[in-house]
Amino acid sequence: MSREKILAAVAANQPASQPLPPDPGMNFPAGDLVEKFAAVVTAIGARVVGIGSVAEIPARIAELFQGGRIVSFIPELAEIAENDISPATDPHTLENVDVTILQPHFAVAENGACWITEDLMGHRVLPFITQHLAMVVTAEQIVPTMHQAYDRIAEGAYGFAAFIAGPSKTADIEQSLVLGAHGPRSMTIFLVGL
Amino acid sequence: MMERTHKDHAQLSDVFNEDEPRVNWHDETLWWVRQKRDRAAHGIPEFELLRETASQIKNNVLSNLSDYLVQFEANALANGIIVHWAANAAEHNRIVHSILEKHDVKRIVKSKSMLTEECHLNEYLGGQGISVVDSDLGELIVQLAKEPPSHIVLPCIHKKKEEIGEIFHRHLGTEKGMSDPQVLTETARQHLRETFLTRRIALTGVNFAIAETGEFVVCTNEGNADMGAHLSDVHIASMGIEKLIPKRKHLGVFLRLLTRSATGQPVTTYSSHFKTPRKGQEMHIILVDNGRSAQLGRKEFRNSLKCIRCGACMNTCPVYRRSGGHSYHNAIAGPIGAILAPNLDMKEYADLPFASTLCGSCSNVCPVKIDIHDQLYKWRQVIVQEGYAATVKSVSMKAMAFTLSSPALYRFAGKSGRLFLKYAPFAVSNQMNPWYKQREMPEPPAESFGEWYKKNRN
Ligand code: SF4
Repeated sequence: MSREKILAAVAANQPASQPLPPDPGMNFPAGDLVEKFAAVVTAIGARVVGIGSVAEIPARIAELFQGGRIVSFIPELAEIAENDISPATDPHTLENVDVTILQPHFAVAENGACWITEDLMGHRVLPFITQHLAMVVTAEQIVPTMHQAYDRIAEGAYGFAAFIAGPSKTADIEQSLVLGAHGPRSMTIFLVGL
Repeated sequence: MMERTHKDHAQLSDVFNEDEPRVNWHDETLWWVRQKRDRAAHGIPEFELLRETASQIKNNVLSNLSDYLVQFEANALANGIIVHWAANAAEHNRIVHSILEKHDVKRIVKSKSMLTEECHLNEYLGGQGISVVDSDLGELIVQLAKEPPSHIVLPCIHKKKEEIGEIFHRHLGTEKGMSDPQVLTETARQHLRETFLTRRIALTGVNFAIAETGEFVVCTNEGNADMGAHLSDVHIASMGIEKLIPKRKHLGVFLRLLTRSATGQPVTTYSSHFKTPRKGQEMHIILVDNGRSAQLGRKEFRNSLKCIRCGACMNTCPVYRRSGGHSYHNAIAGPIGAILAPNLDMKEYADLPFASTLCGSCSNVCPVKIDIHDQLYKWRQVIVQEGYAATVKSVSMKAMAFTLSSPALYRFAGKSGRLFLKYAPFAVSNQMNPWYKQREMPEPPAESFGEWYKKNRN
């Protein structure tokens, strides 16, 4: 059996055990988290839309997008969005979703990433197959770096989860940046209380 | 002894160097990526601390790999993932094929996986009547062009947009002469959406696998791994056994380093954490050795297994930039490819450790602090000692010039590394660089290969 063969070879060839290093810590200069987050999000090709409260989102959606099939699980958006997507949904039926608005657990200032687990996605494929993605983030939800992020993640369980930072993109053709590779063409961050 | 039939690095790079404006363009493009890396790295003051931490985590992984593998397997199984072990490329490919056969599937979609390139999976499956579509845009382009990727992160960095336009015109029906990246990317998007929606089995690579939780992380900018995996009935993830990290929190260190080192981005667009299959889905992990356990036993070279495949060593390498990825005739090109390949086949890849100026720029940017240029130097000694340099008929004057002049260059880089790094790009175009048609016989090194090898053998 290859399993035994590989494990035996690895065990025979690996050097004497070396200890894990101390964690790098978390006290790195962070600056103003909201400002940093907004700047990074813009730099990675997403847009920041400041709102006073979630109740403003339907109006902003009408301004920013051309309608079509909209999905969200945010109660305040029930009027404008479908919310009956679940893990049982056939993912292929989500092919024509135009706009999806989700609420991640938190976001990361240093890289603009939003952490979202599958229970907040409806279906795993939704944040990827939708033409446009929006996330609702409040100032208190922004952590400085990935170290704080994994500290928070330790508390939660998931079957699938992702950091999502900006719209889908590629620079494979002569290093020219093009937004909208296979996933969302745009990413909007509704920053509450900005 | 049989002689190799294909061309070696020096000859292949001569071919690449026939078109000088293109070489300059290739060189400048990659140097620009390298500069983006510098800006991103300098943007966080703790970058060096992160490199040191990542390096030590990887040392811990390699020195406890058998335990971590067992731990990972147990947790992955508990998560409902089917775990396979492959001793070599052939076994990996057979496992993939057996999964396809079980589901009676003849067409699959694949996201970027250098491991499957290493295993030549596409060719193997092609021979079994299976069609494989590469979904990363760069990989799709080289696949349509019937070429291997020339860079592990930027697979078609060697191609001009006009050539890509021509490939798309022939294969995807775009207008002749159309070379706008926006239009070409949109065409690929439409074409591949159809593919994602119709394939029942998706194969992805793995960037990191976590022993503590049995989950694995796949990083992409395009979202292609997720489109494939979440729309499929069966997800197959192929990974080298060295991809393990002990704990989930260590991702904080590695994800901060990976794309800053690769492209200068703060993080990839998607860092997807796969822990359990979705309801009704089947998820497989294939743990592949293919020479890794042997490399682990080579004291001088085991550090190469710390690699997280960021590509920084290629972007910074004056030889890679001016010879192109294909000149390395190996799935993984550049400095890291040149130290991994001889482990798999010392004779076949005897030329690669000589394709370097040993300037040390690679080691300076490597996010996990692999001593790449030291390993290149050591491989040269081993290859010469084992008699492989002599069988490579075409180790030309150029390659010899590399070897013999290298210790001096190496010492120079060591003493005044900063200064050298700063001027390295210029060094490429003067007579100090053997790539530049220099033909004089260099001075022999102070210590002979034999002496070095004897000293370092045990
Ligand atoms: S050797 Fe280091 S720099 Fe090169 S690809 Fe691997 S991790 Fe990146």
